[in-house]
Amino acid sequence: MDIYLLEAVINGILLGGVLALLALGLNLIFGVVDVIWIAYADIVMCAMYAIYFLYTGLSVPLPLAFLIAIIGAASLGVLVHLLIIAPVLNSAPLNQLLATGGLLFFLQSFATLLFGTDFRNIGVRLPVLEFATIYVSFARLIAFAVGLIGAIALYGFLKWTYLGIAIRALAQDRDIVGLMGVDPRRIYLVVSAIGGGLAGLAACLLALQYDVHPFIGNTFGPVIFMICVLGGLGNMIGGFVASFIISQIIAIGGYYSSTELSYVLAFTFFIVLMFIRPRGLFAR
Amino acid sequence: MLSLAAVSAGYGSFQALFDVSLEVAQGEAVGIIGPNGAGKTTLMRVISGLIPMREGAMTLEGRSVGGLPAHRMVEAGIAHVPENRRLFPRLSVEENLRIGAFIPQARAHFAERLDWVFSLFPRLEERRGQLAGTLSGGEQQMCAIARALMSKPKVLLMDEPSAGLAPLVVQQVFDLVHKIRAEGLTVLIVEQNVQQVLEVVDRAYLLEVGAIKLAGSSAELKDNSFIRQSYMGL
Repeated sequence: MDIYLLEAVINGILLGGVLALLALGLNLIFGVVDVIWIAYADIVMCAMYAIYFLYTGLSVPLPLAFLIAIIGAASLGVLVHLLIIAPVLNSAPLNQLLATGGLLFFLQSFATLLFGTDFRNIGVRLPVLEFATIYVSFARLIAFAVGLIGAIALYGFLKWTYLGIAIRALAQDRDIVGLMGVDPRRIYLVVSAIGGGLAGLAACLLALQYDVHPFIGNTFGPVIFMICVLGGLGNMIGGFVASFIISQIIAIGGYYSSTELSYVLAFTFFIVLMFIRPRGLFAR
Repeated sequence: MLSLAAVSAGYGSFQALFDVSLEVAQGEAVGIIGPNGAGKTTLMRVISGLIPMREGAMTLEGRSVGGLPAHRMVEAGIAHVPENRRLFPRLSVEENLRIGAFIPQARAHFAERLDWVFSLFPRLEERRGQLAGTLSGGEQQMCAIARALMSKPKVLLMDEPSAGLAPLVVQQVFDLVHKIRAEGLTVLIVEQNVQQVLEVVDRAYLLEVGAIKLAGSSAELKDNSFIRQSYMGL
């Protein structure tokens, strides 16, 4: 096998880790709250700005800046639920979509107003590792490992804790969880906090690799939505697997053509698949 | 134990319950019978807090519980086995039981409660790892009752436990109700299966068009000519 192709495959797997984290967060919120957060990737953007200004502006140590960004993003998730989602929870899906879509424009415009359209980088250069003539970016390796750990931790939480079981129960039958002593409003807040926190975690990983600017959400937001739909909206495991399928298409497509074309390929694959399996690859 | 005084409730502009008053004493089993659309399920949902009451009062052990949301009702001691069982189909039997013990006071005694419901329903222990959606109808009803019992309720509400089950299984479900009574639980049960429910309850109320039309002991109602004609086909 061509080692450059192998390198592309490995990079694809590594990219999948971060995408999986975001797909899990979005899927969790959709599966439980039943609202699609169009502005989900822009929570990541806000958290990346937080990291940038904490680290470069206030000289906060990077790990602490990461922690603050994660907590901040989780709080932002709760705030988004309380201010934007809760009032339209029983409205038509289109209205909910418009509300979270409005948030997207609000956050992007607000960031432009505050920070301008400059590309900013936290300036941390992590080494490139060499394994027997294959080059792997250390930042991507970390991102993959953390993404995987985050996914496993979330799985364990949903599988084995009372709160996790309550979250899954609510996703299956929201009308009667109250009879189990579960307050649905509390579960919505918990899920929004987890979703926001996962976006914050992804922001930490992305800040090590990419510049932050007000529209960074647009570069991976659509990909995350595509992944979630491909895996079956609300299906956590489906979304996880789909993350790696899409990241491989992007990576291998990028190797044979160009990065731009690889996204075209990924979306073409997605559109074709939607004709064959309209409810996603792993629809129940 | 449980007392409702002049309770009214409804959906939007539709009123489903008119001035319903009823009483369930400690350790008693009481039935609510009546035709389709009489408001039996609405009454159960009002008692468990899924639907707010519009007027009236409700007390549990003398404490006012009217207007509490469902999750607070469970903490107060009311467990509700909903119509059509409503298990969480993609959770295992054990996970369904675990969510039944969600409230803090039940969580602390999860292991002993689990042993207890498994002793009542040994079948569930055999199926504990299976997804609830794959159980047979009778097993699902067992699981739904067991799930409600996990919260250590003072009053157990059962909405049409025999609905949609094969005749042989219906008999098993009524045997389960007997078993639960023998454990000293207070039970309020809604049923269309009038003949069989009168065998397991002490007293019953007849609900028609959202209001209580008749009340009496099981023996009285079994001999009542109106009940015999309209609800037992005798």
